[in-house]
Amino acid sequence: MAANLVTATDDTFADLIAGEKPVLVDFWAEWCGPCRLVSPILEEIAADHPDKITVAKLNVDQNPQTAIQFDVMSIPTLIVFRNGSPTSTRIVGARPKHALLAELSQYLR
Amino acid sequence: MNHRLAIIGSGPAGLTAALYAARAALEPIIFEGSQAGGQLTLTAEVENFPGFPDGILGPDLMDLLHRQAEKFGAQLCPVDVTSVDFSSRPFLILTGEDQHQADAVIVATGSSARWLGVPGEDRLRGHGVSACATCDAFFFKEHEVVVVGGGDSAMEDALFLTKFASKVTIIHRRDEFRASKIMVQRVLDHPKIEIRWNTLVEEILGDKTVEAVRLRHVQTADIEDFATQGVFVAIGYEPNTELFRGQIDLDEMGYLETRGNTSTSVPGVFGAGDVVDHVYRQAVTAAGMGCRAAIDAGHWLEETK
Repeated sequence: MAANLVTATDDTFADLIAGEKPVLVDFWAEWCGPCRLVSPILEEIAADHPDKITVAKLNVDQNPQTAIQFDVMSIPTLIVFRNGSPTSTRIVGARPKHALLAELSQYLR
Repeated sequence: MNHRLAIIGSGPAGLTAALYAARAALEPIIFEGSQAGGQLTLTAEVENFPGFPDGILGPDLMDLLHRQAEKFGAQLCPVDVTSVDFSSRPFLILTGEDQHQADAVIVATGSSARWLGVPGEDRLRGHGVSACATCDAFFFKEHEVVVVGGGDSAMEDALFLTKFASKVTIIHRRDEFRASKIMVQRVLDHPKIEIRWNTLVEEILGDKTVEAVRLRHVQTADIEDFATQGVFVAIGYEPNTELFRGQIDLDEMGYLETRGNTSTSVPGVFGAGDVVDHVYRQAVTAAGMGCRAAIDAGHWLEETK
């Protein structure tokens, strides 16, 4: 597992997103089919851009507080955080890799 | 790149066609599209696919089909087709980055959930508006939600949502459901489910998240803002044929027309699965049609060699 692919929890969340390096948080759950489509793509994106972005997987079932805090009501939801706050990049629903790369391009350059 | 056979779509129809075509040494290329695995990836438990007496999760079934097609040499590409040209020979298929040519094509692009197309729907998607009850019901624990629709998927969604929501209201534009009898009975008997008959959703209201739906009664034209926190849309499907419009015969509902076997109006182009079939729409019937299309394409390639 790449160093920039991590698991987020309610307890670790605030520390995790505090830095300047963008953190793409994947709100997901076991039962969600589209989440399974997105997971391997995010792993590839993390592996391809180790210095640019951190990918954090947050299981909404086990970590409901963070999901509620950011009004996540549909999964998969992907939100990019930086300096402790969410950016305007919020992606709801599964997308193919090229579409995700396009939406994340500003963070991967 | 030139291929003997290209398959567009990767649900049960596309992957079964890939499996058969690969075993027939047609060296198929499969354009899996943005939702690789198709609609079944949105299904929790599949209980009616023969050979799985204990049921199987939709995504797991699609993983198995994918692996089976790959094992026999099918080339699976996780890309979207952006346009096709069925007037040139070989046929032209464009994806974002590449251009492909193929002597024969199987169209297995399936169908997609239909949205209401009312104000507020797009804006509030992911903020209370959903088309995937199995994905999102969890977020509506002890909330009140509505389900829009009257078919089997609306009944399934409503029943599933009762496990989480405190109250589920089904909004249906007619005065009876077209869903199967067993599903309708389960819904009518359920203490948490209420039904609004002859009612249309005109708008979805809410600032940051869904707060209400604006309803209009079909007969009286009465308007009412009905408070709710979630809107689950289950009003059926539309075939994914936009790519092919004007190049191949579609029926009045937009489905691909096949004649006799799986042939379409363009010789060398075959159709399989939900993009053709609005009657059965089952994983097993789509798989069966995918098999037929692969065999038909093989015969056609042999004859026109």
